[in-house]
Amino acid sequence: MIRTMILGGALALASAAPLAAHDYTVGAIALDHPWARETAPGQKAGGGFVSIHNSGKTSDRLISGSTPVAAEVQVHSVNMDGGIMRMRRMTDGLSIAPGETVVLKPGSFHVMFVGLKQPLKAGTTIPVTLRFQKAGAIRVQFAVQSLIGGDHGSH
Amino acid sequence: MARTDRLRLLVLAVFASLTPLALSACGTAPQNKAEGPGSAPFTLSGANGRPVSDYTLKGKPYAIFFGFTRCPDVCPTTLARMAHLRKAMGADGAKFAIVFVSVDPEHDKPADIGRYVDLFGTPIIGATGSKAQIDAITKNFGVFYQKVPQPGGDYTIDHSAIVILMDRKGHFAGTLSDSEDEKASLAKLKPLVA
Ligand SMILES: [Cu+2]
Repeated sequence: MIRTMILGGALALASAAPLAAHDYTVGAIALDHPWARETAPGQKAGGGFVSIHNSGKTSDRLISGSTPVAAEVQVHSVNMDGGIMRMRRMTDGLSIAPGETVVLKPGSFHVMFVGLKQPLKAGTTIPVTLRFQKAGAIRVQFAVQSLIGGDHGSH
Repeated sequence: MARTDRLRLLVLAVFASLTPLALSACGTAPQNKAEGPGSAPFTLSGANGRPVSDYTLKGKPYAIFFGFTRCPDVCPTTLARMAHLRKAMGADGAKFAIVFVSVDPEHDKPADIGRYVDLFGTPIIGATGSKAQIDAITKNFGVFYQKVPQPGGDYTIDHSAIVILMDRKGHFAGTLSDSEDEKASLAKLKPLVA
């Protein structure tokens, strides 16, 4: 009984600690430093960025997501060939190879919050559930960053 | 159709398709400024309800960038970078204007653009226009943009990610690339405000 309580307490601590460290794990998938850009009132879309590591032996796939602050969460790629920005929805999702880290960052991939119901305010966090084909759903808090103060994407 | 007409059309088509790439590849002004990017008159609707045109912009150098507010990536990166460069120039930073033109007038109304540019903590002139005005100004500046339907019925817009510099007389003065470092960009901005 006491052992169960201690174990329970330890588990609660274990699940609380990663939140503060911006570090989330489900199965073989670990997410680090989720952040989003602030948006203006009336702006209909915003971008979210996060680092995804697959420590498993098989590849996994970020397929979709959801958030209470937007109608949809889509996975997008950005290509800058020839000085032209081309953004595309990745309907088949984004593959994360075994042992690899894929960083969603400006100029490569992002999750797009489509149909924002409210502006993303700098200094707040937004709850987002990301869905992986194998690892399943993982709930993360995206920290909203101000657009003032330089290029966050170079982190 | 006469043979020369067809040839002329072909030459025009090649020019139109090459301009955005040529712009991104070179950062120096062409010989004949009267024919360079941005040399033709243009008029847009400003975020504050007043027109923004070659005439209203004259007298102060400006950096102009084309995008749309639903672009979560290169547009905010570029505008934040311009705001940062202005700050790095100290007092000289106020001596050039930053202009953001939305190529998505269907979605971005002038007031939306105003609220968007306000996020960057420095004065940015926001503007857009009718499809005809946007077609004219992008052609004028040699900027590529294209509406692309996405699965699910929505659309996105492919567009040049280049910042074009114009001097205080309204002549093309170079470009800034997102891949160059801060020093290289400042070296292009400083002579503009000198
Ligand atoms: Cu996107």
